[in-house]
Amino acid sequence: MELTTPKPSIFRRISTALHNHPGLFLLLLLALPLGWMLLVYIGSLIGLLIQSFFYLDGFTGQVVRQFTLRTYGDLFTRPHMEIFGRTVAMAASVTVGAALMAFPLAYYTVRYTSRRLRAILYLLILLPLWSSYIIRVYSWKLILAKEGIVSWFVGQLGLTAVLDWVLRLPVIGGPSLSISSLGLFLVFLYIWLPYMILPIMASLERVSKSLGEASGDLGARPSTTFRYVTLPLAFPGVVAGSIFTFSLTLGDYIIPSVIGDSSPFIGMTVYSYQGTSGNIPLAAAFTVLPITIMAIYLLVARRLGAFEAL
Amino acid sequence: MTFAIEFNNVSRHFGEVRAVDDVSFTVRDGEFFTLLGPSGSGKTTCLRMIAGFEQPTAGRIVLYGRDVTTLPAYDREVNTVFQDYALFPHMTVGDNIGYGLMVRKVPKPERERQVAEMLKLVRLPGMERRKPSQLSGGQRQRVALARALINHPKVLLLDEPLGALDLKLRQQMQVELKAIQHEVGITFIFVTHDQEEALTMSDRIAVFDMGQIVQIGAPSDLYERPRTRFVAGFVGTSNILSGETAVTITGSAQPFSVRPEKIRLVDVATAVPAAHCAIEGQVQDVVYVGMHTRYTVALPSGEEMIVVQQNMDVTPQNGTAVRGKAVRLVWPRAANNVLEEAIG
Repeated sequence: MELTTPKPSIFRRISTALHNHPGLFLLLLLALPLGWMLLVYIGSLIGLLIQSFFYLDGFTGQVVRQFTLRTYGDLFTRPHMEIFGRTVAMAASVTVGAALMAFPLAYYTVRYTSRRLRAILYLLILLPLWSSYIIRVYSWKLILAKEGIVSWFVGQLGLTAVLDWVLRLPVIGGPSLSISSLGLFLVFLYIWLPYMILPIMASLERVSKSLGEASGDLGARPSTTFRYVTLPLAFPGVVAGSIFTFSLTLGDYIIPSVIGDSSPFIGMTVYSYQGTSGNIPLAAAFTVLPITIMAIYLLVARRLGAFEAL
Repeated sequence: MTFAIEFNNVSRHFGEVRAVDDVSFTVRDGEFFTLLGPSGSGKTTCLRMIAGFEQPTAGRIVLYGRDVTTLPAYDREVNTVFQDYALFPHMTVGDNIGYGLMVRKVPKPERERQVAEMLKLVRLPGMERRKPSQLSGGQRQRVALARALINHPKVLLLDEPLGALDLKLRQQMQVELKAIQHEVGITFIFVTHDQEEALTMSDRIAVFDMGQIVQIGAPSDLYERPRTRFVAGFVGTSNILSGETAVTITGSAQPFSVRPEKIRLVDVATAVPAAHCAIEGQVQDVVYVGMHTRYTVALPSGEEMIVVQQNMDVTPQNGTAVRGKAVRLVWPRAANNVLEEAIG
C-alpha cells in the first residue's frame, strides 16, 4: 500500500513559511504599528521641529520657508516666558497634588482591600474617564461658581469668611473659585488624578508583601518601612504618574480657557497662534518647549534612579 | 527552666478555616526545632505567629518567659528567613544585611564591620556591593540568613528556606545551617514539608496535620515509633498492617506499622527464626534504585507490602529474577510499631 500525505492547505503552508522565517513573521507583526509610529508620529514631530525654524512674514502673512532663529527670538520674550512659567508652575503643582492624593488611595487599594472591593475601586477610579471630558470641565465651572455647591457648602459650614480670605490671596485667588487659579488647580487635579493613581497602584502591586514583613521583622516600625522599603520601590510608579499629569497639564488648552481668570497657558497660546493668527512657526516653537522640558524631566528622573527598581 | 518558646493552646482561625487549632508545645533554649507537615497543615501559620505577622485568635505565645502574644513584629527579638528570601531588591547585599542595624541607628563604620563579619560567616566575603539580582539562589539564601543573624535574635525562624534550591545545594545548605546554628548557638525554628530534611537537621520535630500537632519527638522517635498512621506514612515509608492480615501475623487485629528496610525477603522454604514475624506473598514489582532494591510484594489478602534490600549481593540481573516468584517476608517482632488507633 502506498502512503499518501494529503496536500497541505494554503493556511498550513503560510503557517509553516512564517514558522521557518521568524524575521518575516516579525516584520508582518510590526509593519502596521511601526509604520504608524514612523510616519505619523515621528514624522509630524520632525515636521513640527522644522516649522519652528521658519518665520511668519508680518507684511504678507505668509510663512517664509527659510532657516532662521527669528521665531525663537520671538518666543524668548517676556510675555511668552510668563505664559511658560505659569504653565510649568501649574503642571508642577498639579503633579505634586496628584501624587499626594493618589499615593494613600493606591496604597489602601493594593494593601487593604479584598479582591472584590479592589475591582470596585478600580472601576470607580476609571469611571470618570468614561464620560466626556468637556462635560466634566463645564460641570466643574458650575460646581465652583459663586452660587455653586462648593460656596453653598462652605456657607453651611459657616466658613464663608475663610473662603473669601483664600480668594483674596494674590496669584491663587480671584472673584470666585471658578475664576481663580486655585479653582483651575482643583479641576486639573480632578481630571488627571486617575493617571497618577493607576501607575502607583501598578508599582505597589509589584512590591511583595513579604518585603514589608521582612522590614518589620528586622525591627523597623511601619514609618521606617515606608521610608526605606515601600516608597523607594513604589517611586517608579510615582514618576510614571507624574509624567502623565505633568505633560497633560502642560499641553491642555481647554481647562484653562473654561476655568480660571483667562490668563493664557502654553496650550491656549499654541491654539491661538496656529488658528487665529496663522503663525504656525511660533506655534511650533511653543510646542518644542514642553517637549524639551519633558526630555529634561525624564533625564533627571533617570538620574534619581527612578527607573532602577523597575 | 525557661523555655525559648511556649505555645499555650494557640489557635488561629480564618473564618471557618482552623489553620491552627489549639496547639501547645515548648521549645528548649538552643534547640533546632522543626515544624513538619504537608502544605496547609498549619506549620507556617505557627511560625508567622511567633514572628508576629499573624495574631492568634486564642491562646498565648511566650518567648523566653515574656508574653509576646500581642507584641508587634518589630518589637520581638526574633528574626525570620523567608521562603522567597524577601531581599530588598533596591539595596546592595551590604545594605540588606545591615538593615536591622541601620534601623537601630548603629553607626555606619560599626555596621560595615559587622556586615563584613556576617558575610564571612555565610561564606560570601566581599559581596557587599552586589545587588540581590546578581546572586544565585543559594547566595541569596545565605544573604537572607546573614541579614537575620546580624541582629543576634533570641530565636531564628526559617520558613522553608531551602525549598527553592536544587537537591545538591539543599543538602550542602542543610549541613551549613547546622554548622552555623552550632556556631551562633541560638534557637532555630525550622518549617519544612520535607521529612528527610527534618530528620537530618532537627533535634526535635513537631509533626502537623490539619492544624494540630500529631506527634513531637526526636527524629529517631518519630521514625522508629510513629504514633499514628499519618506520621508512619508521612515520615518515611511504612507498611501499615491491620485487620485479618494483622491477626495472621501477630495474632491480634491491632494495627501496626513496619519499615520496609527491617524486612528480609527469603525463600518460602526458609524457616522463620524465633521472635520473628513472617508472611508469604508474591513479588509484584522490582525496582533497582542503585543503593538498594525495592520490592512490591502482594499478600494473599490482596494488600501490598514494600520491602527494601541493600544491594550487597544483588545485581540488576538477579534482583529482577525474583519477579512473580512466591517469597517469604521475615522481620524481627521488635520492628513492629503498634499504632494508637482503635481496632476497626
